[in-house]
Amino acid sequence: MDMPDTVTSAEASPSGFLDGDYDDAVGYYTPGDPVVDTKAPDGPIAERWQNRKFEARLVNPANRRKLSIIIVGTGLAGASAAATLGEAGYRVKSFCYQDSPRRAHSIAAQGGINAAKNYKEDGDSVHRLFYDTVKGGDYRSRESNVYRLAEVSTNIIDQCVAQGVPFAREYGGLLDNRSFGGVQVSRTFYARGQTGQQLLIGAYQALERQVAAGTVETYTRHEMLELVTVDGKARGIIARDMVTGEIETHIADVVVLASGGYGNVFYLSTNAMGCNVTAAWRAHRKGAYMANPCFTQIHPTCIPVSGSHQSKLTLMSESLRNDGRIWVPKNQADCEKDPRDIPEEDRDYFLERIYPSFGNLVPRDIASRAAKNMCDEGRGVGPEVDGVRRGVYLDFAAAIERLGRAGVEEKYDNLLDMYERITGENPYEVPMRIYPAVHYVMGGLWVDYDLQSTIPGLFVTGEANFSDHGANRLGASALMQGLADGYFVLPHTIRDYLADGPFEEISEDHPAVVEARESVKGRIDHFLSVNGTRSVDSYHRELGNIMWEYCGMERSEDGLKKAIDLIRSLKDDFYRNVKVLGSAETLNQSLEKAGRVADFFELGELMCIDALNRRESCGGHFRAESQTEDGEALRHDDEYAYVSAWEWAGDDAAPVLHKEDLVYTAIEMKQRSYK
Amino acid sequence: MNLTLKIWRQPDATSAGAMHTYELSEVSPDMSFLEMLDVLNEQLNDKGEEPIAFDSDCREGICGTCGLMINGEAHGPEVTTTCQLHMRSFSDGETITIEPWRSDAFPVVKDLIVDRSAFDRIIQQGGYISVNTGSAPEAHSVPVPRDDAMRAFNVATCIGCGACVAACPNGSASLFMGAKITHLGELPQGQPERDSRVVNMVAQHDHEGFGGCTNIGACTAACPKEIPLDVISQLNKDLRTAIKHGH
Repeated sequence: MDMPDTVTSAEASPSGFLDGDYDDAVGYYTPGDPVVDTKAPDGPIAERWQNRKFEARLVNPANRRKLSIIIVGTGLAGASAAATLGEAGYRVKSFCYQDSPRRAHSIAAQGGINAAKNYKEDGDSVHRLFYDTVKGGDYRSRESNVYRLAEVSTNIIDQCVAQGVPFAREYGGLLDNRSFGGVQVSRTFYARGQTGQQLLIGAYQALERQVAAGTVETYTRHEMLELVTVDGKARGIIARDMVTGEIETHIADVVVLASGGYGNVFYLSTNAMGCNVTAAWRAHRKGAYMANPCFTQIHPTCIPVSGSHQSKLTLMSESLRNDGRIWVPKNQADCEKDPRDIPEEDRDYFLERIYPSFGNLVPRDIASRAAKNMCDEGRGVGPEVDGVRRGVYLDFAAAIERLGRAGVEEKYDNLLDMYERITGENPYEVPMRIYPAVHYVMGGLWVDYDLQSTIPGLFVTGEANFSDHGANRLGASALMQGLADGYFVLPHTIRDYLADGPFEEISEDHPAVVEARESVKGRIDHFLSVNGTRSVDSYHRELGNIMWEYCGMERSEDGLKKAIDLIRSLKDDFYRNVKVLGSAETLNQSLEKAGRVADFFELGELMCIDALNRRESCGGHFRAESQTEDGEALRHDDEYAYVSAWEWAGDDAAPVLHKEDLVYTAIEMKQRSYK
Repeated sequence: MNLTLKIWRQPDATSAGAMHTYELSEVSPDMSFLEMLDVLNEQLNDKGEEPIAFDSDCREGICGTCGLMINGEAHGPEVTTTCQLHMRSFSDGETITIEPWRSDAFPVVKDLIVDRSAFDRIIQQGGYISVNTGSAPEAHSVPVPRDDAMRAFNVATCIGCGACVAACPNGSASLFMGAKITHLGELPQGQPERDSRVVNMVAQHDHEGFGGCTNIGACTAACPKEIPLDVISQLNKDLRTAIKHGH
């Protein structure tokens, strides 16, 4: 295909441009060559992973001791990889910004982890989990990767049980399962509402075991601020010791980013306060492509915002949708009433009405948008914030009648307690109020089948990569992917790369290292020297509002273009007017946040450009211009069945778009319908 | 609400600290305790005073990062984490004293932040089941009685926040350690290393400078996850058994 080198607005024509009829992002980016996954296996889909494992070269156990691996992040994807690679005998350095690896944000995942065990004999299989995941992702994920994910899912459960993860069990002592958002089989393993915590503690303990064994060194309260690349290969990181402020250089044969997602670009999200994009973004600026950055997941069951002081949003597991019924009043006049006084016939169980076969269990994006539509119609409930009631009821009255209060308590007690703690309302008596919130990002650094980015020697696992969830992630699949990558995929693929090592020694005086270190110091010095008038948080909050308004549940051409302008001017102001007190040589939380927010500005702009380019609605990405007559999402497989892989082109240049065509051989692309 | 806040400030681990007093007005009862501190920090920043350093991350009560002594109580007056404590638990005009965790084994890093890495080192000494990735048998090959699994789960919900240590007059980490010993000891998978686990973890606990348990029970009262005191009995029982076995 002939591609012009640079597209400018002047050259833009309303139709027939590039390979789509529309390209709203003309002028905002430069088209690049297609990107191809050179590790993509072929052959029958069920044999691809076995073949790749066989073809990937081995590293002799005696040589593993000579090979060093840096892993950034200690969530499920990072801790599991560090433990496994340590067990294999490599020398691992594990970094996290938290004070202990056990605190990474995987810990907050509530609902469960999927695996194709088919313990319920309800028709589940590896192929069905694969099919559901590709379908749930709205046909924007890579078929081979997803199949592999489904395939190794069963090993994860075996591993975790052996580690002592206390999953829920039945009276006979065997593992219990439940069904979870958007699927019709029971394949979700769970530990009450704290599955992420239990899985992470399992991985953390395996990691600490390797620390004791001397194969893994942990660096807590350390933040990666730059990637070191030498001759095009990832060779280390520059990290700041967040207690002493020291800027440290760490060199290794390979670098793994397991640094999580970037939902905090929205300021308010269900992510932990410290979750950030800096590790991934610094790698992006060094040459790693960022894929599908606009694919974000808005989770339908979060506790609504209570006021301007709000610092984060709290998710309640969507397992609540298994037994809770979602409704709003039919009449706007009832929205102020005590919900218990609204008779059954005046309630609109809108998900059950619109989607009779899936009802309250429709996928997250559909449930979220439906809730937004109800509130936009003026039928929301709860307190008015900025003139709108943003909440819908999640009602357990029927479940309490059916299961008894004790039955509900056993399944959901900690969630309902949490709700009461935050809102001061008792959910056993009054229906809960919920509203969607940003929860997860499907987008992330582009990786090939081996989980290697476009920078050789830089691997990316878990939420930080883009590969498995397409445009939308199914419930209970994040934990599955994090552990699949860390325990069972990366340890096999990374050895093929390490088989060429150990690589040449790099000294701390190497020009590439010095350059990386100096750029980190330069940024820190800048933030501390501006001495402006506004706090970092105030900029972050404003950026978040822009992103939520224009790049949230519904995106439009006009809105996204406006958002890009707003972000650019806010970013300029930030660099000239931010106020960061304290020094670089001590623990300085404002300074930490400044670096993260600076990177969120650049990411936010790219997310809007990506959303602008994709003039279709798919998964979590709903474009106002692409919907059916009755307002449902309309995908355009003929034009957009590709992964958008964005290349950083410099501070003053438009990003370059490389497309990876998505090809399905084992599955047929269909428009989703949950009606 | 209007509040008077007395807050411990300490520039770093080696400098001396002191209590500072701040007035804060227009506090909403719907704010979390940490959001109240966020608001204070915004005001300090505007005035040119360095914000108060405190730890928090998930703000959902599960990561265990946050933890403050509030009016002398670990995590304050409710049975929850500091991040899940809301200002509706306080009254207008109240004076609130805020300090870091109190324990020699948790040295202050800055202001309200302490170093809890001793917990990681205790886990390194046996708080795990030794099973390399890929070597696990089929998950259903070992049934676990439901009650055992539930008890294991209930104590495995420990978030490692350190409130038990901060609340204990002896600065003991026995509740933290007992929770892990009981979690793994309840499960068939945890049996092979049961003796060595308890012996090594207790040795590390003592080495870190945590105190001994004298059955006061302040730990379990302060625990946001309500880990029961009998995990310490289990710890002691396992230790006696291990010694009897010759450890």
